[in-house]
Amino acid sequence: MKPPPFRYERPETVEEAAALLAEHGDEAKVLAGGQSLVPLLNFRLLRPAVLVDVNHVAGLDRIDGGRVGATVRQNDLAGVPLAAQALPSVGHFATRNRGTVGGSIAHADPSAELPLCLLVLGGSVVTSRRELAADEFFRSHFTTALEPDELVVATVWPDGGAIAFEELAQRHGDFALSLAACSVRVEDGTVAEARVGVGAVADRPTLLELELEGAPATAETAREAGAKAAAAVDPPGNLHASAAYLAHLTGVLVERVLARAFA
Amino acid sequence: MSWVGRPLERLEDEALLRGRGRFMDDLAPVPNAKHAAIVRSPFAHARIGEIDVSAALAAPGVVGALTGAEVAALSRPFHAGAESPVPYHAAAHEVARYAGEPVAVVVAEDRYLAEDAAELVVVDWDPLEPEELEVHDRSFSYGALDEAFAAADLVVSERFSVPRWSCTPVECYGVIADWQGDSLTAWSNFQGPFSLHGVAASALGLTGSRLRLITPPDSGGSFGIKAAVYAYVVLLGLASRKLGVPVRWTEDRLEHLAASAHATGRVTGVEAAFAADGELLGLRYDAVEDVGAYIRAPEPATLYRMHGSLSGAYRVRNVAARNRVVLTNRCPTGLNRGFGGPQLYFALERTMAIAARRLGIDPAELARRNLVSEFPHRTPSGGLYDSGDYEASLDAALELVGYEERRAEQAAGRAIGVGLACIVEPSISNMGYITLAQTAEERAAGLPKSGNAEGCAISISPAGGITVRLSTTPQGQGHRTVAAQIVADRLGVEPGEVEVLSELDTSTSAWTIGSGNYSSRFAGVGAGAIAAAADALALKIAAIQDHLGGGLSLRRVAGTAHWNPESLPPGMEPGLHATAYFAAPNLDPPDGDDRVASSASHGFLVDVCVVEVDRETGRVRILDYVSVHDAGRLLNPLIVDGQVRGGFVHGVGAALFERIAYDEDGVLLTGTFMDYVCPTAPDLPRLRIAHRETPSPFALGAKGLGEGNTMSAPAAIANAVADALGLDDVELPLTPSRVWELMQA
Repeated sequence: MKPPPFRYERPETVEEAAALLAEHGDEAKVLAGGQSLVPLLNFRLLRPAVLVDVNHVAGLDRIDGGRVGATVRQNDLAGVPLAAQALPSVGHFATRNRGTVGGSIAHADPSAELPLCLLVLGGSVVTSRRELAADEFFRSHFTTALEPDELVVATVWPDGGAIAFEELAQRHGDFALSLAACSVRVEDGTVAEARVGVGAVADRPTLLELELEGAPATAETAREAGAKAAAAVDPPGNLHASAAYLAHLTGVLVERVLARAFA
Repeated sequence: MSWVGRPLERLEDEALLRGRGRFMDDLAPVPNAKHAAIVRSPFAHARIGEIDVSAALAAPGVVGALTGAEVAALSRPFHAGAESPVPYHAAAHEVARYAGEPVAVVVAEDRYLAEDAAELVVVDWDPLEPEELEVHDRSFSYGALDEAFAAADLVVSERFSVPRWSCTPVECYGVIADWQGDSLTAWSNFQGPFSLHGVAASALGLTGSRLRLITPPDSGGSFGIKAAVYAYVVLLGLASRKLGVPVRWTEDRLEHLAASAHATGRVTGVEAAFAADGELLGLRYDAVEDVGAYIRAPEPATLYRMHGSLSGAYRVRNVAARNRVVLTNRCPTGLNRGFGGPQLYFALERTMAIAARRLGIDPAELARRNLVSEFPHRTPSGGLYDSGDYEASLDAALELVGYEERRAEQAAGRAIGVGLACIVEPSISNMGYITLAQTAEERAAGLPKSGNAEGCAISISPAGGITVRLSTTPQGQGHRTVAAQIVADRLGVEPGEVEVLSELDTSTSAWTIGSGNYSSRFAGVGAGAIAAAADALALKIAAIQDHLGGGLSLRRVAGTAHWNPESLPPGMEPGLHATAYFAAPNLDPPDGDDRVASSASHGFLVDVCVVEVDRETGRVRILDYVSVHDAGRLLNPLIVDGQVRGGFVHGVGAALFERIAYDEDGVLLTGTFMDYVCPTAPDLPRLRIAHRETPSPFALGAKGLGEGNTMSAPAAIANAVADALGLDDVELPLTPSRVWELMQA
């Protein structure tokens, strides 16, 4: 459980970091908080020739309104209300002190909480060369729109409307069996706008088309939406849970986030 | 006032909390030790062709390599507790039989280089289909089974499956091996039993005195699993022998989960005969035990450890058991807290709960009607229950949990479940019980085995300083503290004045075949040996004081014994040193009818668990969990509660979270802590503990108690979930997905 040999680089500007990524291409990996990358190195599941440590890149550790620098630690995202609900489920207190927001987004684990939250809030990812909406950024398992020489610089987190987050994991801090989040706007008891997303049941965090706009913001609507969500997802079963259970659970969690947001 | 019995804070803890513990990986007892990485089989079952180590040997910093063929040439197969057609060596030769089995060792300047080079070893694999092979089949019958079943008003006939699970201590295995001339000195976090020292020495072709095995002072936990590190003592010992350098190896978590040891997986068919009034008339077990790729000593002990307690806490006189052992292409099994108890009690206590439902008798009342009530009690299979007051413990547990109120809530429609487990917790294993794996005729041809003993040495320096040397290899249980309490009482000093050394050195410590840390034996024989050594010294001190007069201080007595032996009473030996051994009573070898007192002491516990099941997600929430223990006299109540909580956590893991899983090709699916799901602190319910103290008739009156809740919690929680769902067929672990599927069925 020791990593294979690698070269270690420690750039101090975004430009230097991007230049290193351009130089080494697929051979390079960005090291931020290391909470996912270092175990993968120790398992020898990843064998990058070069690690580009961005922890010393000036300016990436700042929060400016809804714009959150890439190396801001996960625990420091608590000012975003939806993230504040999700953070207790993001690993453990100690890993959240080290793990970064940008790292979690760039890692794009389909069961991770922060990518789902960013997607549901309609946020975006600022890279070393462009800004991408969250729903364009996440492509598949651990795969994003980032080019090999492109670096996440910041993420942008809108406030959202009435928000809620729910997840079920076997243990506190585990990867979720399923998770759901929503951001809704209710006017006069009627849903005016709703973004509902789920994670861990597809190859990326996914927004569901539940056609809630115009429906009464009631427990009954939430229940129907949950049933629709359960029918809409098609998760593979895994060691811990059957496919049928995961689809059912996703429906339960969608119902619960909507019921809370409507309340 | 006695120090024993007080909730003294542990003398171990300050060093541990300050990061000053000395664990296996901290030790550097020999200079220039090189680091090993182990090449392991990626296949569950495969023929091994040529092993090419040339590229590994050419890699930077590599000292050398050892292959399975060389292990086979340099060592003999390990002895085990039963005959097996498949010999077990420290590494595979010709055929690998489980994923993770060692096939070669690469030794280099550091672990990084060793792992880099190990990747360069080329093995010519020829994968085979996984196999199962039955290697052991013994049947036992005590009493009049046919009559009991003929008289029954109800026969419960069910199958119960307990999956493999594990211990997962924070600290994994570690070995430093230094072969010099024709002997091996090895430092390892081995936990005993030291019968396995002989198994390792024999495999190496060494007389016992030429395998010097030394344990570190501190342990990052074991819970049984470190008994099996002896196979690596042999493997690394052979690497040191071949390469002529000391070799060290610290197991990583991937290695640990794949290839250290698991608890056995067991499927048990139970037939239980009941009278209409609830009396349990007869019990038949049919157990099939998966011990993995080899029978590794002390296996098949998991199947026999509970043999004297097949009747559990009940008076039933007619008991039969068929015990079969199957080899599979899985990691060999070994000690795991509870050792056979979780498997037995899951079957027995689920059977009692099912019977209660079918008889229309409340489970607590059914237990009460069957509990053993007179002591000592001889069980049909030969167990001797030393003492207890089982019904009083049951009453205490029911009152503590508010049993009637909970049943009233249920009757009022609340979707909760209440589960009960009443179990006997045996401690201090008879070293002879494993010979039940042989027939009476086979046993008669060999050396009879019995008993369980421990040694202890205490010395008092010329200035009156007291040093106690243990042979109980503590793995975090606080033996040093309790030893200091015992000695302080007997020598009239404060516990803080007593130095207690926990390292065991097989060349210098006062150990015997049963020494070590298993079967919750410390409070009985460990404490007995410490007390015996301290009593011997107290007698000698008193004799010197009497002889010299004037109420001499301990310091003055010690000074006299060392500096002025001429003044001692005539015939008394100089110095102040005592080595004592203490053997638990009533542990005869198995008799000609296969009866055995498999343990010396028997605690009792009643657990009551109250659960609520989330009908939408299948998640089980434990609303209350009560455990009432009677483990005899409590030597240190603070440590006792720590042990009870630890055993409980391990049992909750088995009930709700943990299992070792393989796919049909024998590939391990639970190879990391992402997939092998042990509960962590936030996942655990509150445990409410109460104690009764019915002393054991020997030693300090204390019984073992470190394993009871690991035995009881899986059954109590499963009974509660079954009660909540109104189902009989509940399987472990009761994960959300499984519970939800049970509700759909």
